Amino acid sequence: MSTLATLRLALDALLRNRSRSMLTMLGIIIGVAAVIVTVAIGAGARISVEQQINALGSNLLVIQPGSVTQSGARSGFGGASTLTPADGLAIAKLPGVAAVSPNVTVRAQAVAAGNNWQTTISGVAPTYTFVRTWPLQSGTFFTESDVQSANKVAVLGQTVVANLFPDGSSPLGKTILVKGVPFTVIGTLSSLGQSGMGQDQDDTILVPYTSAMERLTGLSTVNSLMASAKDAQSVAPVQSEIESLLDQRHRITAPNPPDFQVRNLQDVAQAASSTGNVLELLLAGVAAVSLIVGGIGIMNIMMVSVTERTREIGLRMSLGARGKTILRQFLSESILLSTAGGIIGVVGGTLATLAIALLAKWPMVVPASSVLSAVFFSAMVGIFFGYYPARKAANLNPIEALRFE
Amino acid sequence: MATVLNVAGLSKIYELGTQRVVGLDRVDLTIERGEFVAVMGPSGSGKSTFMHIAGLLDQPTAGRYDFEGDDVSSLSPDERADIRSRRLGFVFQSYNLLPRTTALENVELPMIYAGVPQEQRRKAAREMMEIVGVAQLAEHHPNQMSGGQQQRVAIARSLVNDPGLLLADEPTGALDTKTSEDVMRIFARLNQERGITILLVTHEPDIAAFAKRVVTFRDGRVVSDRSQERAA
Repeated sequence: MSTLATLRLALDALLRNRSRSMLTMLGIIIGVAAVIVTVAIGAGARISVEQQINALGSNLLVIQPGSVTQSGARSGFGGASTLTPADGLAIAKLPGVAAVSPNVTVRAQAVAAGNNWQTTISGVAPTYTFVRTWPLQSGTFFTESDVQSANKVAVLGQTVVANLFPDGSSPLGKTILVKGVPFTVIGTLSSLGQSGMGQDQDDTILVPYTSAMERLTGLSTVNSLMASAKDAQSVAPVQSEIESLLDQRHRITAPNPPDFQVRNLQDVAQAASSTGNVLELLLAGVAAVSLIVGGIGIMNIMMVSVTERTREIGLRMSLGARGKTILRQFLSESILLSTAGGIIGVVGGTLATLAIALLAKWPMVVPASSVLSAVFFSAMVGIFFGYYPARKAANLNPIEALRFE
Repeated sequence: MATVLNVAGLSKIYELGTQRVVGLDRVDLTIERGEFVAVMGPSGSGKSTFMHIAGLLDQPTAGRYDFEGDDVSSLSPDERADIRSRRLGFVFQSYNLLPRTTALENVELPMIYAGVPQEQRRKAAREMMEIVGVAQLAEHHPNQMSGGQQQRVAIARSLVNDPGLLLADEPTGALDTKTSEDVMRIFARLNQERGITILLVTHEPDIAAFAKRVVTFRDGRVVSDRSQERAA
């Protein structure tokens, strides 16, 4: 008998018992839908983490000064004042480096037309937006000549815009005072939202680092240098190049420890993605359990079905069905049930995912791989849990089966 | 005339724990094409056992069984299933139609196992239902039919593969006298007009009266074998 004819027989038998077929599928439907939804949540979480890390710049290297020891107390990284803009210029000349920006941070009160707001003022280079892959919302960013002449120009983050210009008027061209120094607003940054750590990344004012050094801190050193590698692969080599360059420039020789530290954000990205892996593994475990439970449900019903249809099996045998044909029919029934349940579960799970994404505003993604594997595994469940009842049916003695009451 | 069934020294012994039960005891019997044989006997006489072996649902413990000239006493289950699907027809006491399935689909069932294509199945099934007078019930489900109608559908089903031997196991056991006679007349007509060879098991003499030959079993042996004039 052809496979198609067997499937037809199985389908007819299932359609004869619509309500029972539906109920049998329910276990698989719920199991698969749960898998789809949980995987979508996991994938959504992973993507939002990845987006945040990309916004930070995954090729980003942060160079901080080392620690200083004062009266026996060590200050921690960044405590020493050893990095200069000249270090930055030297790093910018390294072949694998795309851009470098010094970073001078000051916490200060900003004042504009009757409103004031305490925020972080960062003195950076024009390459900063490129380093951070952070686009402008309006206006322009300051240029290299602004840096050279230490012009008093500023680019505002959205939180600062909202607090200094609450009436919604455009801040472009307005003047703000920082530590009594007037800065002209020439641009605003697009909103980045919270960082992975919960910091408001938009609560900042960017000014040329030279302006910050000369007019706000009065120091010749910077808080940190940010460098971006040309691509993700060159992050590690660039990191060691920077380390040896700075060793040279700062005349560090073993066994003295370096007076700086180079960190890359790929470590952070890796940590985040390994967290994602653990999450996905956990979800896969839950999914496996729910599919097994659904499969046992199918086996139960198929066992009942074989007993209930003993006479039918005897009849089919007397009409010339081979044992193998009976086995294939019952196996087909359970595979059809589990696969149909799997497909319905995928559709239901996808709809539920869309609903949750809309209601909870949580980024959700239904990966094609999870759809395919859910359907594939539910078919496997059908074969695995359908085989025993099907074999039981095939091994029935036709005479006894026909006599069965 | 060609021989449909020929058994020689046919025995069937059941082992139930330590007990040995003799189902059939060295039976010799020959049925020629076109015969209508009624097998009678009290319960436990071996008539059902004989029927099951004749219908290749069971195997003899000893002896030889030739069906349509071939020795079939030691075939594999699959080979027996293939012969059942192509050369044998069964009619049961309890009709055994598939529930929630139309009469037409029920009649088609044996042809599915014989690998007959759908178009041809439909046509043959309708033709057979016409012959036994249930063509109008093609789309009905068994629970919408009377017992007599169900048994006619079952007879149509047993005939669609043009079997060499039709086995009927107490086909009127669940029917009233009037309907029983109607059904028996169908068997007689099929035998008369279409030359179908019929082996009928019954314990009712009224029913056996429709056959042309009556074989009586007792304690696993044939105790009488006589030809008769068919009843009206």
